[in-house]
Amino acid sequence: MTMVVLNRRSLLAAGGSVLATGVLTAGVSGLLLPARADGLAPTETMSGGANNYRKGAPVVERIGKGGFWMSGTVRRAGDGAPLAGQRIQIWAHTTEGQEHEPQSHGATLTDKDGAFRLEMPQIIPIFGQPHGHLAYDSGDFKTVFLRPVMRSAKETSLEAHFVLQPA
Amino acid sequence: MKEWKSAKATLIWVVLATAIGVPIAFAAGNEQLAWRGPVYILAGFAGIIALGLVLVQPLLIGGYLPGLSAYRGRRAHHWIGGALALAVVIHVAGLWITSPPDMIDALTFASPTPFSPFGVTAMWAILAVALLALLRRRLGLRLRTWRLVHIPLAIVIVAGSVVHCLLIEGTMETISKAALCAAVLAATIKLMVDLWRKRTLRGESS
Repeated sequence: MTMVVLNRRSLLAAGGSVLATGVLTAGVSGLLLPARADGLAPTETMSGGANNYRKGAPVVERIGKGGFWMSGTVRRAGDGAPLAGQRIQIWAHTTEGQEHEPQSHGATLTDKDGAFRLEMPQIIPIFGQPHGHLAYDSGDFKTVFLRPVMRSAKETSLEAHFVLQPA
Repeated sequence: MKEWKSAKATLIWVVLATAIGVPIAFAAGNEQLAWRGPVYILAGFAGIIALGLVLVQPLLIGGYLPGLSAYRGRRAHHWIGGALALAVVIHVAGLWITSPPDMIDALTFASPTPFSPFGVTAMWAILAVALLALLRRRLGLRLRTWRLVHIPLAIVIVAGSVVHCLLIEGTMETISKAALCAAVLAATIKLMVDLWRKRTLRGESS
């Protein structure tokens, strides 16, 4: 693995400030989480997050044959309290189907700590970025669509975190 | 002397074929293709071929390819310009069919992917040059005016295409992709320098 010194990111770094700035902006904005616990800001929908969304994907034990883990947390804006029993929908372009295909979609519920974890097939880069999609779209809180990007297409897990505000 | 010349001519063509052929071959062997539909695969390769054509264009018009007369080089430049526009249309149409919302985001400059605006900008520049080239005679554009329009757009095409391509994580292998992009930049810079020198020489003689 250490052989791959010249990856996309190192190329970018060499490629000049224009490229570097673009990636930094894209990278940092995804990592910034509100720091204050007393006034936890709600998560904004990410651009492109809702692409190829299918409303009402069923809650499943696992999407397809699995092998890749999507996990995260769901908390309430303001006090940051974990939200249990929240339905999170997940979809991506994987080894078992394209983003828009029904078998690429599934949903799971958060546990008592507001955490969720769903096994799904390996995500494959589509449209130039290996990324997944997640949605909270159940009505109690405002709808949020996330589109986290993997650091590398070889990774076998991905995280996304929701902070929801009342609808 | 003559032998060296013909060896050099062969070498230039071999290097060009390698610069374009190797990235295509690597991409064709990429495992990701197994999980893509035929339309998406076609769209991807149309993009890679388009980048290869962007390399050929400055070489043709600069007269850097041995065995081609200035006239034939110019004719080829025109036809390959048309092929480039067609490749870009196939690239965009194929991606649109693969995932309409992602393509709409890209075309409206609302995409989360940092490379999309560079590609879309290059696309508009390519289509603009192709359209103007078709209408050039009808519009009565003189060479000087034509160059004033074409050269800046060509720079936009080259810069946009290279950045677009380098930022994409797709089927292209990293090093062969970087090498092709470097060749595109080198050919363009060489042509610009040569054009600038010719201009300066003409300026001095008049």
